[in-house]
Parts: sequence; C-alpha cells; structure tokens
Amino acid sequence: MSDANIGKEDYMHSQFKYWKPYVSPFDPCKPILVKSYSTPPQLYMNFQPIGLAQFQSPIQALKHGTLWPQLYSPYPDPHKGVKPK
Amino acid sequence: MYYYEKKLQYPVRVSTCNPMLAKFLIEQYGGADGELAAALRYMNQRYTIPDKVIGVLNDIATEEFSHLEMIATMVYKLTKDASPEQMKAAGLGDHYANHDRALFYHDASGVPWTAAYIQAKGDPIADLYEDIAAEEKARATYQWLIDMSDDPDLNDALKFLREREIVHSLRFREAVEIIKDDRNTKKIFKLG
Repeated sequence: MSDANIGKEDYMHSQFKYWKPYVSPFDPCKPILVKSYSTPPQLYMNFQPIGLAQFQSPIQALKHGTLWPQLYSPYPDPHKGVKPK
Repeated sequence: MYYYEKKLQYPVRVSTCNPMLAKFLIEQYGGADGELAAALRYMNQRYTIPDKVIGVLNDIATEEFSHLEMIATMVYKLTKDASPEQMKAAGLGDHYANHDRALFYHDASGVPWTAAYIQAKGDPIADLYEDIAAEEKARATYQWLIDMSDDPDLNDALKFLREREIVHSLRFREAVEIIKDDRNTKKIFKLG
C-alpha cells in the first residue's frame, strides 16, 4: 500500500459518518449544519488478523501512530464536520 | 402508562448566543433542587401517600418531566453549536472534557445527580413538607437564574417555570390541608 492512500476514506469503510441535525430558524448561535462522529477501522475488525500487514519502515509507523496501516485513523475529523465530496 | 406529545409544555426561545448560561441552567436539570429530582421524588412518593392526594403527586411529577424537557432544550440550544474553544471560554471546559456537548444530569458545579437528593419517608406529612420545601427551593433557583440572564426570551420561559413552582407549592400545601382535616366526621360540641 502506498503511503499516499493511507487514511483515505475511499478504501474499505469511511472513518467518519456525517449527519445533518435539525436546525431551527430560532437558533441563538450560528448553527453547525453537518455533524460527524468517528467510526475507526477497529470497529469493522472483529479480531486482529494474524500477520496483519505492517508499515514498510519504523519512520512510517511512527508518523501514523500505529504499526498497521489498516488500523490507522486520521483522528480528529480532518474535514471538521464538512462532508467530503 | 404514558402518552407522549411531541411538543414542549411552554415554548422555549433563546435569542442570544451565550453558552455560559447553559452552565448555570444545568443546575435545574441535574441539581439537588432541579426538575429531575422533583419529578422522581413525587413519582415515587405517590405510592404510599393517602389516596386523597395521590393524584396531586402524580400530576405534578408528570409536569416536572415536562419542565425537564424545557430546561434540556435551553441547554441544548445554547451549546449545540459551540466550538471546544467557545465551551472553554464559557466555563464549560470541564463539561466538554467529560461529555463533549452532550447533556448530563449534574449541577452547575458539575456534581452528578444522586438519589441522596430525594427522600420518601413514608410519613405523609414529612413527605409533603419536603415537597413544599423542594418547590420553594426550585422557585428561588429560577429567580437566581433570571437575575443572571439578560436574554428576554429565555427569561420568559424561566418566569413561566418559576410561576409553576409557586403553583405546585400551593397545591402541596392544599394536600396537607386535605389529609390533616377531619372531613366526613361528625363533630358534636356540647354547650353548657
């Protein structure tokens, strides 16, 4: 797996889910139109498979905060509640 | 059994973006004299109170749940769009650390709600006197909240709630009169 694709939401499951909460015409503060919550990769992995592929180099692993590309999650939401196109 | 009507007992409008008020309002949500404590107290005491006044406790408990919803709406409206920085600036950093923007049953200082706030002594007079005291304390709390809020729309709803506490206090006093009275008994007073 190339480094550029790690954490991209187009592989496997999306890392964040988005929903549009009700917005009242009388909201006192500027409304947040889209809210998000985290659905990290381990949520879809019942048990860590034996021999799960690791990053190529220690530097790469250190940069992502995990040994396994499949368990990398770009926390917090890089889109800050704005749904990516 | 309950039927749920998907509307508030009295409309809640908040016109100024002042998340700090939410920190104070939460006192009436999960505080010792808040709506949750009131609703649960009456809803539980009603079982062992004399038949004549069960309805008073049941009806007031139900209304307190409606008030709980109104307070929740106020708090939610004031915090739902706040950034973590705004929460911190509003004195809600402690809350955000534990709950994000979720509501929780704790008082203005963050002390979680506990059943130790309420009592069911089984003695009807003791229980009703506690209920009267609870209403007066809630009435005072609403006054202190109104004193600190300069939002006219929010204060309108708070004044409604304050008035209801007064009415509840009077109804509980009436309940005491009902159960202490010698109704349906013949009293014979002899002269001379």
